[in-house]
Amino acid sequence: MKDYGFKNHPYIPNSGPEVQKKMLDYLGLESLEDLHAEIPEELKLNRPLDLPKPYGSEYELRRAVEKLLSKNSTTKEYLSFLGAGCWQHYVPAICDEVNSRSEFLTAYAGEPYNDHGRFQTLFEYESLVAELLDMEVVNVPTFDWGQAAATSIRMASRMTGRGEALVVGTIDPDRLMIIENYCDPGVKINKLAYDEKTGMMDLGDLKANLSSNTAAVYFENPSFLGFLETNGSEISRLAHEAGAISIVGVDPSSLGVIEPPSAYGADIVCGDLQPLGMHMNYGGGQSGFISTRNEERFVMEFPSRLFGVAPTVVEGEYGFGDVAYERTSFGNLREKGKEYVGTQTALLGITAGVYLSTMGPKGMEELGQNIIQKSQYTIKALSGLKGVVGSRFDAFSFKEFVVDFNGTGKTVEEVNKALLLKGIFGGKDLSKAFPEMGQCALYCVTEIHMKEDIDRLVSAIKEIVEE
Amino acid sequence: MKRIIRKNRVRSFHQARWNEPIIFELGSAGERGILVPKAEEEIVEKVGNGFDSIPKGMGRSVPLKLPEINQKRVLMHYLRLSQETLGGNINIEIGQGTCTVKYNPVVNDKLAASEKMSELHPLQDTSTTQGILEIIHRTDLMMREISGMDHFSFQAAGGSQATMTMASIVRMYHRLRGEEEQRDEIITTVYSHPSDAAAPALKGYKIITIMADENGRPDYEAFKAAVSERTAAFVVANPEDTGIFNPRIKEFTDLVTAAGGLNCYDQANANGLYGVARAREAGFHMCYFNLHKSFGTPHGCGGPGSGAVGVISELRDFLPKPLVEFDGEKYFLDYDIKNSIGKVRAFIGTPQVVLKAYSWIMSLGAEGLYEVAKVASLNNVYLIKRLLKYKGLELPYREDVQRIEQARYTMEKIAKDTGFSSGDIARRVMDFGMHIWSSHHPFYIPDPLTLEPTETPSMEDLEEYVETLHHIFDEAYNNPEIIKSAPNNSTIHMVDESSMDDPDQWCPTWRVYEQKTKEE
Repeated sequence: MKDYGFKNHPYIPNSGPEVQKKMLDYLGLESLEDLHAEIPEELKLNRPLDLPKPYGSEYELRRAVEKLLSKNSTTKEYLSFLGAGCWQHYVPAICDEVNSRSEFLTAYAGEPYNDHGRFQTLFEYESLVAELLDMEVVNVPTFDWGQAAATSIRMASRMTGRGEALVVGTIDPDRLMIIENYCDPGVKINKLAYDEKTGMMDLGDLKANLSSNTAAVYFENPSFLGFLETNGSEISRLAHEAGAISIVGVDPSSLGVIEPPSAYGADIVCGDLQPLGMHMNYGGGQSGFISTRNEERFVMEFPSRLFGVAPTVVEGEYGFGDVAYERTSFGNLREKGKEYVGTQTALLGITAGVYLSTMGPKGMEELGQNIIQKSQYTIKALSGLKGVVGSRFDAFSFKEFVVDFNGTGKTVEEVNKALLLKGIFGGKDLSKAFPEMGQCALYCVTEIHMKEDIDRLVSAIKEIVEE
Repeated sequence: MKRIIRKNRVRSFHQARWNEPIIFELGSAGERGILVPKAEEEIVEKVGNGFDSIPKGMGRSVPLKLPEINQKRVLMHYLRLSQETLGGNINIEIGQGTCTVKYNPVVNDKLAASEKMSELHPLQDTSTTQGILEIIHRTDLMMREISGMDHFSFQAAGGSQATMTMASIVRMYHRLRGEEEQRDEIITTVYSHPSDAAAPALKGYKIITIMADENGRPDYEAFKAAVSERTAAFVVANPEDTGIFNPRIKEFTDLVTAAGGLNCYDQANANGLYGVARAREAGFHMCYFNLHKSFGTPHGCGGPGSGAVGVISELRDFLPKPLVEFDGEKYFLDYDIKNSIGKVRAFIGTPQVVLKAYSWIMSLGAEGLYEVAKVASLNNVYLIKRLLKYKGLELPYREDVQRIEQARYTMEKIAKDTGFSSGDIARRVMDFGMHIWSSHHPFYIPDPLTLEPTETPSMEDLEEYVETLHHIFDEAYNNPEIIKSAPNNSTIHMVDESSMDDPDQWCPTWRVYEQKTKEE
């Protein structure tokens, strides 16, 4: 493989033959082949990798990748009503401006000095989300809602020394898979029944399942199926009575208008930051948060980093550092640390901080109000169509709702196929995940939907179901 | 005109220092950062103000105490804080060993910022996402060739999550073979990443850590004694975080395979191995790569990244679902994975990161990847020889064992002579716009420094780094005051961390700080 390689590559300054010779001479080596002396011959590949030929220039690369990307059709080209764990919200331009700066984008694990900005922005993100949630401690973000819920359950299990969690029956089956894998082995996950009419947790089933082995009760607001769980206080009370921790997963975009879970007894609150300034990125914008009160027994169970504020030796300066670092797997403990910590989704936390400080209390309130008005309008309009029920559950929905097509004689798959031809992404088909509901779909309406968009959806569905 | 003489041995530097308030101290009542669209009149006529439909007791009664700030001030705040952050593309980033902080080409971020990527919903009909699926599939095919594995999943969004994914596959594999109870141990090595121990521990395994022998390599005899019918898997990095490659790795993996266990390769240190050596030939059944390290995608202050998990064909059906597949005509998501561990992350991971990695590979090709491996190693070996010219700095274990892409040094002698720990030296390095990192805890090597140049720095960059470290070591002996007070030219001065481990004192959020420091 002598003389093999890509010389004078713009990303590799020392790929020039002259500089390489100079360095090799200094080292007393003949050629680049003398590097890797520690790797035995039988492990060496000793042939070129069989890879596609690279593009000859940045221009050709860009042209080719853009050509591939042009095969995608986006939610800007189609009118989309998809939600189900990833939601289309407006991303303020300022969010993109901040998180695309090389300083933040390419930083990693610097110290509280050279990365002071990274520490401060993440501390501020923690603090802003704490206000939104009315909680006291928020982690440097984890991977996504599912991970945040799974870790919350693990935290509860360690705190209580118990090995079972009861989770809401209307949970997203995908999210449940994340939780189940993460909690296996150690914590058994049991799904609770829900009221067919209202979607609410079946309190009788909860009571029947709570035991001295219950570490946590986990429910969501709004639920995966969009409606608000209004029995939160009672669920938390029952959980506490059994010595269990009450965990609530929450959509932060609702909290400008909806009561935070702290008000109905939640001990741990988790959820996804994606609605707060993250592009959907085909699911790559998800980012999880976990939040508790500032009690040592909670704080010491976080696996995540927690950035805290502290004085410096100079009066008037804010400094930052890691709160209770030793509990993490980065401390001295390795496998005896709490779960593990590593690269997760910090940049999305910073972005959520930019979003919340830009929106302010008024913006978050107006956002929530706007979403409610538009989703209520859509439900109403869809209910006017023959055979369509705009909201299957007799409950209040925030931005997502279950549209029932059972009365139309058409499957959701058929409806969605016909909508696609009209340039619309219909709601997520629930017929596989929730077969008990028959032909239902989960629709999502946010502030980005204008009246003309909603009216276009309604008339398209009307044509399809009434044809 | 006077000729401007620039002959400083080291850089004259001062990092931005804005002394910004905390965001809660900015703005005033009524200021707005952005306006939100309002519902049209016809909508309001039909459904009212929205608030009235919220069920009783569910409307927000807790005051929402977010700051109220005009947009310019918000932007100013964050731009200033960005200037107080030393991204890898700004400094000579050699000092974050094990992290492979290399150049993140700007073009890849521009491509990923395209609406054709950013505005895709993960549940769109796949007929409308053929472009991104094709990119993921192509990346899968290239990763197979780079590693020798047979199938990749890009669902894990970081290295530790990828290690957890591998440990989950190990558990499911033995469960289905009826050996789950019996095989309750996972073996790793002391210089593999802490997550290689921590993530399998989460999956319920007893962790056996193999210490290094006198050459700094995992002790073969100790390893042999540890492998048994209880071994579920071996999880290891090679080279380890010391930069030392274990040349007997195949003997290690053979022992585990013969005992019925699986071999899992943490390829976080793969940057010096492209086209040189692969997971398959070394006897591994699965591996993972950090796309945000080795494949040039940015670290984003700590994610989102991507931990690409590759497996041999016999383990394909254990991967998290769905997998991106191609049927000869179209790309699709295959949910029908019969022994799947389920899911580790929502949807299919972080596709925008995979896109950047694809673009990175396609700017290099096979010859480029080989060049990366060679130059990353060349830079490292060069840096070692240059740095060790300073008598106090040493390479633990044998100096004659060639390191691959990084090296863990020890400053034990400097610390003994001067009283300055590697932490003290690290604070001074900031004064020159650079960074050094000690090592993961615990410090098995006293006063460690772990440096990984990657293929990114030029000779000039390497020389500046060496000169700066030598200059600081000199200061440790001759000008101790300047180290004691460091950082002197950074954003802030030495932090008083005494509150960080004290529950009565620590302040993990602004509201806690406000409560605890309220003036009487």
